[in-house]
Amino acid sequence: MRHTIPDVNPELFKPARFDEAAAELSGYARYSYWRSTLRTFLRSPVSVALLALIILLVGASFLYPIVSPTDPNLVNLDTSGWNSPPSREHLFGTDALGRDIWARTWYGTRTSMLLGLVIALFDVGIGMIAGALWGYVRRLDRFMTELYNVLNNIPQTVFLILLAYIMRPGFWTIVVALCSTGWIGIARFVRNKVLTIRDAEYNIASRCLGTPLWRMITRNVLPYLVSVLIMEAALTIPYSIGSEVFLGFIGLGLPVETVSLGNLVNQGKNNFMLYPYQLTWPTLVLSAITISFYIVGNRFSDASDPRNHV
Amino acid sequence: MFSYIVKRLGQSLLTVAIVIVSVFLLLRLMPKNGYFTREDYVSLDKEARTAYLRNLGVLDDPFTQFSRFMSGLAKGDLGRSITVYPRSPVLEVIRDKAPYSLWFGLAALALSMGLGLGLGILMARYKDSIVDGLGTLYVTIVRAIPSLIWLFFIQQWVTALLGWPMLFYEDRPISWILPTISLALSGIAWYAIWLRRFMVDEENRDYVKFATAKGLARGRVMRGHILRNALVPLVQYFPQQVLLTIAGSLLIESIYSIPGMGGLLVNAIRQQDNPLVQALVLLYAVLGVAGVFLGDLLMALVDPRIRLADARTKGGEA
Repeated sequence: MRHTIPDVNPELFKPARFDEAAAELSGYARYSYWRSTLRTFLRSPVSVALLALIILLVGASFLYPIVSPTDPNLVNLDTSGWNSPPSREHLFGTDALGRDIWARTWYGTRTSMLLGLVIALFDVGIGMIAGALWGYVRRLDRFMTELYNVLNNIPQTVFLILLAYIMRPGFWTIVVALCSTGWIGIARFVRNKVLTIRDAEYNIASRCLGTPLWRMITRNVLPYLVSVLIMEAALTIPYSIGSEVFLGFIGLGLPVETVSLGNLVNQGKNNFMLYPYQLTWPTLVLSAITISFYIVGNRFSDASDPRNHV
Repeated sequence: MFSYIVKRLGQSLLTVAIVIVSVFLLLRLMPKNGYFTREDYVSLDKEARTAYLRNLGVLDDPFTQFSRFMSGLAKGDLGRSITVYPRSPVLEVIRDKAPYSLWFGLAALALSMGLGLGLGILMARYKDSIVDGLGTLYVTIVRAIPSLIWLFFIQQWVTALLGWPMLFYEDRPISWILPTISLALSGIAWYAIWLRRFMVDEENRDYVKFATAKGLARGRVMRGHILRNALVPLVQYFPQQVLLTIAGSLLIESIYSIPGMGGLLVNAIRQQDNPLVQALVLLYAVLGVAGVFLGDLLMALVDPRIRLADARTKGGEA
């Protein structure tokens, strides 16, 4: 059997010219993970605004104690200065001992932010290492799963009260108590992530192609984990601030003489009927912070998903 | 299947045993004078105090105490409360308090499933619309702001607005409404956000595109395909949620002064009421572990693709 080739336009058989611009259009080689993440994140005006708000509030809380001479613990001995409503002199009013709530709000924000940052650092740091080991070393799986079950079932208050006895209620007691159970949640998350990533098709393909380990870790695995971890850290901050409020409520929080958002809320709550501003103003600042961190964390996790980059 | 259940039961027992032993040992590290009520401590002299402690049995070595606890447990006796409800049997304390938490918890769970799943379906169905935006706003507020704050404001403002009683009264059903709703709010947010996410995930699957290409109506695809598959990962948590309603909510029960289980554990630990703490930890650990176990079984029941032997090695979703 023979086919005869019909007449074809010979123009079609001329070699095409190399077009650099067209090549870059589909050019995955120039794809930068972080640049794309950042670009996707910054595309939304809400994310940018909330990020700016976070920077503003956190900056204010760390700068205020340096700039302002107002002492947040200064008790007014003159009773006429007690429970005074917001005024030019006291922007958020004063509390039952005549202490300036504006100053206390910023000092409290600083304490709570520090607490949140320290907890996030420990949780994510320990969680990442433990989770990576848990995912990679198969022999650890049984032990870690059992540890997870146990830690999940021991009430956190047991830890907390024991620690309060050993270490006295305070900043580091809360850090240890929240981290002692917080890290394993993140570790489990990282472990599940590592398990799915490790055996994903593109990683098997890379392994078959002989990609060196460090390249696989930095290019294939780490981008997924880092974004997850940054998100976890961002979400740990509203969680820690909330926990501090809760612990203050059950009487296991920071000592009452420490100025923190939790103590401010709990003190303001007791006087709410008579002096609502003592609760509402610190609460507004607190909510602005936790909501911003929550949304920014979620937005960032969306932006860091490579599937959203195209 | 059978061997899997036996294996899992053994594992669950091990977990419960470890939890019990570690809490038991942790409790023995507490200082001895925590066993006294304040009045007792002042009124008793040194010898009387030692006699009192010996009577309680806390001066024996931990091993003896533990075997005493276990043999009591075998006979169905959990001991008597020391400081929180002096000398009343622990079982009676739990029996008095558990129903409040249970009924409030179940009502709130039903409410949060009904409203939460509904909201989640709406948010997924009308993704990126105003409904989705409002739902997200609600979820963000509930999840980001510490619950104490919004619970407190709801109590203050709603009771003032509607003239409802501020606290819980057993004989006034109108005072039951607000605690139930407050209890359900975070559950609604939880169901809504996860159902939305799982439904959106399912919507991008090939089988959904295929069903749409075949010409199935969107409502039919949503109900018959997307929703059914999106519910599978949520089903896993249902048994645990039901069982742990008995633990109550510390915040809501103390805000509305409901005599439930919520604050019991915290009080018991603070006042070092060892028998009460041990009984509660045992109860919660058993319920928690049983909940996870039942959740895995239920998931396999609902989704025939899941084989139980794999469930453990896969470890589920976080």
